[in-house]
Amino acid sequence: MEHYLSLFIRSIFVENLALAFFLGMCTFLAVSKKIETALGLGIAVIVIQAITVPLNNLIYDYLLRDGALAWAGLPDVDLSFLGLISYIGVIAAMVQIIEMAMDKYTPALYNALGIFLPLITVNCAILGGTLFMVERDYNLAESAVFGVGSGLGWALAITAIAGIREKLKYSDVPDGLQGLGITFIITGLMALGFMAFSGIQL
Amino acid sequence: MASEARENVVNPLFNNNPIMLQVLGICSALAVTTNMMAALMMSIALTAVITFSSLFISMIRHHIPTNIRIIVQMTIIASLVIIVDQMLKAFAYDASKQLSVFVGLIITNCIVLGRAEAYAMKNPPMMSMLDGLGNGLGYSLLLMAVAFFRELLGSGSVFGYQVLAVANEGGWYVPNGMMLLPPSAFFVIGLMIWAVRCWKPEQVEKPEYQIHQVHRTETL
Repeated sequence: MEHYLSLFIRSIFVENLALAFFLGMCTFLAVSKKIETALGLGIAVIVIQAITVPLNNLIYDYLLRDGALAWAGLPDVDLSFLGLISYIGVIAAMVQIIEMAMDKYTPALYNALGIFLPLITVNCAILGGTLFMVERDYNLAESAVFGVGSGLGWALAITAIAGIREKLKYSDVPDGLQGLGITFIITGLMALGFMAFSGIQL
Repeated sequence: MASEARENVVNPLFNNNPIMLQVLGICSALAVTTNMMAALMMSIALTAVITFSSLFISMIRHHIPTNIRIIVQMTIIASLVIIVDQMLKAFAYDASKQLSVFVGLIITNCIVLGRAEAYAMKNPPMMSMLDGLGNGLGYSLLLMAVAFFRELLGSGSVFGYQVLAVANEGGWYVPNGMMLLPPSAFFVIGLMIWAVRCWKPEQVEKPEYQIHQVHRTETL
């Protein structure tokens, strides 16, 4: 139990996908002008991440890994080179399915997330989470915890920067830094702040 | 014709740089720039993927149904990335270990999909290929510049060759450890954007909210 708790905390703060690995930066910078939209996108990322990481873990374990097809009588087959294309296929399909399911059962949430759902397919944080899961050899339970935690960390980061940017428009920024430039510097400062977590041993 | 081709290659270098102006493909720009060798590998990989994905997507653009175009584009891009990944594993194993998941993340690099959507779906194959090449080079240029500063200031070397004599080996230069850490990449890119926008003032973004009406002469 402690192991999972420490993995959860670590994936939120210490190994924050946005601020420690720079994943999902394009969306992070483009969709962080308002808190509400940032929060909506953050929730969508948590949901998708919590579903796709364990799902891709099952696919990797039972279909792609070296010798994974032993249950089908093919112990010598190694399909791991097909990894990337299957993961992205799973992610694109999952996003589509969730979009349709939400449209039918929770229209309020669907309307709130709106255009952000399809955008998530190309968010590197999602694919990045899956690739880290494969690289670090998580089992099913670990990857479920990691999925939720890393999604939560990303949502936290984008909400925080949206809050800062809402205040920022009342400050006097030099012309050349206006907009994108200052956003980079602020993200850098936030990353610096998050590095304070990195010394924590759990 | 020739001038349009030239435009397509040269424009993304400074005037419309994918990272500095279009805000695309930033993830990898930050993560792989601690040393120049990794940045170079990444630049070559991405330029190859974007050039060919633009070419292939443009070739079949009349046959792609609009509703499923994203999935079709993703499949083409993913196949190209798998080829690059396998090549790296075969011929440059150390570099591929160092880049870890970031080669795979070229699939979701927004520059590739962005150019496919914005240019390759509407233009003939040769032009799209050049556009892809130009954007790949624009990305590479910025990546190499960031990596140059980070490696030089962070470990006193360029491409692994010691340029500044480091203090703990008896030299005079005390390496700036922060340059090797993630946040410095944000500062370096932020300052570069500042520098480029001072050089080309037409790229400056208008403020959303005017503060000192008395002191500032420009209007919104």
